[in-house]
Amino acid sequence: MNQFYTPTDHFSLLPALLLALFGCAILMLDFFVLPHPRQKRWLIFFALLGEFFAGLALYRQYRFLEDQSIPALRAFSDGLIIDGFSIFFNAIFVAAAVLVAIISYRYLEVEGEHHGEFYGLILLAQCGMYFLASGTELVTIFIGIELMAVTFYILVGFLRSDRRSNEAAMKYLLLGAFSSGFLAYGFSLLYAITGSTRLPKIAAELAQRPATDPLLLLAIVTTLVGLLFKVGAAPFHMWAPDAYEGAPTPVTAYLSVASKAASVAVLVRLFLGTLAPHRINWEPMLAVAVVLSLTIGNFSALSQTNLKRLLAFSSISHAGYILLGLIAGNRTGLTGICIYLFVYTFMNTGAFLVLISLRQKGMTGDDIDDLNGLIHRSPGHALLMALFLLSLGGIPPTAGFIAKYYIFLSLVETGHYALAITAALFVAVSIYYYFRIVRAMFLNEAGQLLPALPGWGARVGFAVTALATLAIGLYPEPIIRFAGTSLLR
Amino acid sequence: MDAILFFLFAAIAVVSAINVVVQRHPISSALSLVGVMGSLAVLYLLLGAEFIAAAQMIVYAGAIMVLFVFVIMLLNAGAEKSPRKGWILTAVAMPLLVLFLGMVSYIIQRGFPNAPLVVFGQFTGGSPKDVGMALFTRYLLPFEITSVLILIAIIGAVVLARKEME
Repeated sequence: MNQFYTPTDHFSLLPALLLALFGCAILMLDFFVLPHPRQKRWLIFFALLGEFFAGLALYRQYRFLEDQSIPALRAFSDGLIIDGFSIFFNAIFVAAAVLVAIISYRYLEVEGEHHGEFYGLILLAQCGMYFLASGTELVTIFIGIELMAVTFYILVGFLRSDRRSNEAAMKYLLLGAFSSGFLAYGFSLLYAITGSTRLPKIAAELAQRPATDPLLLLAIVTTLVGLLFKVGAAPFHMWAPDAYEGAPTPVTAYLSVASKAASVAVLVRLFLGTLAPHRINWEPMLAVAVVLSLTIGNFSALSQTNLKRLLAFSSISHAGYILLGLIAGNRTGLTGICIYLFVYTFMNTGAFLVLISLRQKGMTGDDIDDLNGLIHRSPGHALLMALFLLSLGGIPPTAGFIAKYYIFLSLVETGHYALAITAALFVAVSIYYYFRIVRAMFLNEAGQLLPALPGWGARVGFAVTALATLAIGLYPEPIIRFAGTSLLR
Repeated sequence: MDAILFFLFAAIAVVSAINVVVQRHPISSALSLVGVMGSLAVLYLLLGAEFIAAAQMIVYAGAIMVLFVFVIMLLNAGAEKSPRKGWILTAVAMPLLVLFLGMVSYIIQRGFPNAPLVVFGQFTGGSPKDVGMALFTRYLLPFEITSVLILIAIIGAVVLARKEME
C-alpha cells in the first residue's frame, strides 16, 4: 500500500494549510492572548504575517516549477494541481486579501466591530479560494466553493446592528444555497456520466461521448448555472446589488474581487480544460449570459444613486467582459482573463477604498451626492477616485485599458465580431456612469461632509492600488509575461 | 421483491418531499422531512450501502431533525401565513414545473438507456471499512477540508449570535 500523504502532497497543500492555521490562530489569539481591546491592532499584523508565509509558499511552488521546468505538479492522486494558472490566481487572492485586511482596520474601528473574527475569516475564505484555483477534483472544488461562500455569508452579515447588513446576508445565504444545489446536481451528473470525480479522468471519458449527449448537456447547464451565480453574471446576478450594498465595504471589495476571481478560475479550468471538446454545447449559453450581464449591468448602473449599488452593477458588467475571454477561449483570451482579474483587483479595491476613507462615524458616504465637490474637500481622494474610475471604464493610460484590449483582441482573433462590437458599445455606456461620479466630484457644489481622514492603512492601500493601476497601464510587459506563464495545458 | 421495495420507498420519499413544501405548519414539514430521510436510508440499504444508510438515519433523521424541532419549539413558530399569490402565477408555474421535471427525467432516461437493471444487494464497497478506506485515502483532501468548513460554520454561528459587548 502506498503512502497517502506524500511530501509532494504537503508541498502542494502548504499555502492553504498556512492560511487555515493562521486563520484559526488569529481566532485563538483574539480570545486568549490579546483580550484587551487596545491590543487588537496587533491581530492585523498577525494576519499580514499569515499572508506573507502563504505568499512565500506560493513563491516556492513557482520556483519549483521553474527549476524543474515542468508545466504542472499533481498531488493527492489528481486531486490538486500546481501549475502557472493556479499560482497566478492565488497571487491575485493574496493581493486582494492583503489589501482588504489593511483597508478594513479603520473601517472596523469606525464601526466598533470586532477585529479578530474578521481577519480570521478573511484568511479562511482565502483558504477556500485556494482549492478553487488548484483543485482538480469535483468534491474538493465543491467544498472549496462552500468554504468560500459560507465565510462570505458571515462576513456580509458582520455588522449585526445594521439591518441592511443582516438583510444582505440573508438574501445572499438563501440564493447562494440554491445555486450550490444546482452546482452539486451538475457535479453529481458529471460523476454519474464518467464514474470519476477527478477532472483528468472525466476529460478522458467525456472525449469519447458524442457532443449531442442530452445527459451531458444537462450536466453542463446545471454546472454553468451554479458557477455563473458565484461569478455574479446575469441572469443569476439578483443577489449582487443587495449583498454589495449591505455588506461592510471592505467585504464588498473582497467579494467583488477575490470571490469573482476564484469562481472564474473554476469556470476556466472546467470549461476550457475538461469540457473544451463540448464547446458547441456551452458556448451559446455562455454568450447569452455575457450579453445579458453587459446589458443588465450597464443599463441598471445608469440609474443608481448609491455608489456601492452602482459598483455592484458595474461588477456584473465586468463579469460579462471577463467571460468574453472564456468564449474566445484561445491563448489571448486566457491571458486576457488573467490580466483582467489581476487589474480589476487593484482598481476595484481602490474605488471601494475611497468610499471607506470617506466613511465616518454616523454617516455612510455611500451616495453619489456625498461625493459632491470632493475636489475642494480632499483633492487627493478625488483624483485617486477619478483614476480608478477611468481604469474601470478602460481609458488608455490606465491598467483597465490593457485588460479590455486583450479581451477584445481575443474576440477578434477568434472571429466573434458581433460580440466584440456589442461589448465595445457597452464600454461607451459604462463611461457615462463612471463620469457621472467624476462630474459630482469635480463640478458639483461642495456638500456637508467633513474631509476624509487618512489613516496608515488607507495610505498604504491607496499607494498600492494607484501605483498598480498606473504602472500596469504604462508598462504592462511584466504582468503580460506573468499571465503568459499561467496558461493551461 | 427488490424492485417493489424500491418503488415503494421511492414513492414515499417523493410524496414526503412534496409534503415538506406544501405543509403550512413547520412541525408537519419537519416530520415529513423525517419521512424523506428514512426512505432515502432504505434506498441506500437496498443498494448495499449499509454504512451510509445507518449514518443517514443517525445524522439526518436523528440529530438534525431533533435540532429542527428544537428551533421550531424555541421560536414558537406557528402556521405560516400564505403569501398572496395570483392564480395566474400558479397556472403558469405548475405546467412549467411539470414540463421541467418531465424533461429532466426524460433526459436521464435517454442518457442511460443501455445500463443494466440495478440488481440490489449486488454492490460492494458500502461497508464501514470501505467507506473509511475511501475517506482516508482517495478522498483524504476533501475529507480534511470539510473539517475546516464545519469549523467556519461554527465560528459563523458564534460571530453572528454573540452579544454586543460594550
